[in-house]
Amino acid sequence: MSDTGSDARTSASGAVGARPHRSSFARLALRRIAAGAATLVVVSALVFVGTEMLPGDAASAVLGRTAQPEQLAEVRELMGLDRPAVERYLDWLGGVVTGDLGNSAAGYAAGVEEPVWDEIRGPLWNSVILAAIVVALMIPLALLLGVVAATSVGRTRDHAISLGSLAVVSLPEFIIGSLLIVVFFSWLDVLPPVSLVPPGTSPLARPDVLVLPTLTLLGATLAGSTRMVRAGMLETLGSDFVQMARLNGLPERRVVLRYGLRNALAPAVQVFAQNIQYLIGGIIVVEYLFNYPGIGKELVDAVAIRDVRAVQSIAIVIAAVYIAVNIVADVIVIALVPKLRSANA
Amino acid sequence: MPEALRFARSGTGAVGAGLLLFVVAVALVGPLLAPYPPERPIGIPYEGPSADAILGTDFLGRDVLSRVLWGGRSVIALAGLSVLLAYAGGLAVGLAAGYSRGLLDPVLMRSADVLLSLPALLFLLVLVTGLGSSRTVLVVGVALIQLPLVARIIRSATQAQSVRGFVEAAAARGERTSTILGRELLPNIVPTIAADIGLRLTYAIILVASVNFLGLGLQPPDADWGLMVSENRSGLNLSPLAVLGPATMIALLTIAVNMVGDAVARQQGVSATEVGART
Repeated sequence: MSDTGSDARTSASGAVGARPHRSSFARLALRRIAAGAATLVVVSALVFVGTEMLPGDAASAVLGRTAQPEQLAEVRELMGLDRPAVERYLDWLGGVVTGDLGNSAAGYAAGVEEPVWDEIRGPLWNSVILAAIVVALMIPLALLLGVVAATSVGRTRDHAISLGSLAVVSLPEFIIGSLLIVVFFSWLDVLPPVSLVPPGTSPLARPDVLVLPTLTLLGATLAGSTRMVRAGMLETLGSDFVQMARLNGLPERRVVLRYGLRNALAPAVQVFAQNIQYLIGGIIVVEYLFNYPGIGKELVDAVAIRDVRAVQSIAIVIAAVYIAVNIVADVIVIALVPKLRSANA
Repeated sequence: MPEALRFARSGTGAVGAGLLLFVVAVALVGPLLAPYPPERPIGIPYEGPSADAILGTDFLGRDVLSRVLWGGRSVIALAGLSVLLAYAGGLAVGLAAGYSRGLLDPVLMRSADVLLSLPALLFLLVLVTGLGSSRTVLVVGVALIQLPLVARIIRSATQAQSVRGFVEAAAARGERTSTILGRELLPNIVPTIAADIGLRLTYAIILVASVNFLGLGLQPPDADWGLMVSENRSGLNLSPLAVLGPATMIALLTIAVNMVGDAVARQQGVSATEVGART
């Protein structure tokens, strides 16, 4: 009896693998999104504890050493610092979920209510514009350079691309950016060294301020992704089915594009996701370097004046984007590689 | 040629090793050769190069050359220390997780995942907000960022080794777990560490230099290459050398470390970028 029972279970689970792809795809995607949301909650606790490990508290941090006792007491009360930390954390988290990022401590110190969201909405959009331009340029360029290097392996073209990308990939963004400023501002005087964008206007209205930040971030991410696309292409081009296609007399261009690139694409999605995540870190430095009014610069400014509330809320927004990029990449990979679905189901 | 130096046979390895020697020599011996104390003004701000000051002066009129000669110690020492710390922790976690058959592995690895789900620089800035800017925060913060990456690599190497015959034989002999980890497994994952360490160092240098550049690490009047790039950027059109000097040194340092790391990794049979792809 028990034997039949286990048989029935086996065939039932076998049927799960054979179900139409769409439902297993949706389930995997949902599971991935749920895991991401859980991670974000843990990260939010990490951010909260990390920023509140102060010797004093958030009020004395933002007011500095010269604060008057009455002023301290007032800001403490406005920020609700007399309540237990757990309660404040849950309050903050609840706010974040409903889109209320709280008021900045610097605002309270100046005696006004300054919602963090109002302060970062514009900068966030500016950062998205910058990042989108970089990504839109990075992906095709990395595929092109990676494929060119992989198909001319051992030749000068490959050496140039490989060595060049090895050099650039090891440079901090602020070094790439500073060198670009020296060349394009100090020497050639064709591009501005700082990205002045008057409040309320879009950087797109003044494209020249976007050029150097874009080039800097492109340098930092393109080098890494090119190297990995090259490695992935080399692996596929050396595999049996590519050899088979060649032996069947298919034209080399078709072999590279249809058999090589098509199969190197799924790993490449992960590579691009990694580099977009890297970009999110790099954008903080680059915005500070060029004084570009984005969310990264807001963050550095908030850290510099120890505005705990603003740091927490900006950090959680950036972390959410970071985790979302990862989820999107995983979902695309699941969509691109049917094997993953049946293996997991 | 000794085994450890075989990487220098490749072109990349030799050039990288030469560059690295140069930069480290500048950082170590530089302070002895500096013509002026690094913190004393010797002229007006942003003076061009002259016989007295070969690289000109900085935003406070201090000698740029002297500050470049002094400014390498901090970034090399802080980055090096943080990588040591990351390996100490990462080895312990990675070996334990890789060899464990119980709950320890998933618990450790999920914790690593959480640490990795925050951009490195954001993590550092959160720490700085809570604990203030100090050398300790910088070293511990960068070590904590690298620790999960190291742990993951060590874990998968440990898992690959722990099913091999000599490990199972040691376990069957009744050796203690600590002996198995230290004497059987550790020596066999050294190649993995060698292939990875260049990448870890490059990353640590980039992070330390970036935080100093943001003004949230070392504080003025310290002479530090990252900080110097930041404080002198307002005078770029007057005296580009005040930025180019320290920027070039950081560039040479990171490129050299990465080239050596890449050459060592290739010699171990793994490309550093592939290691990076797996982390």
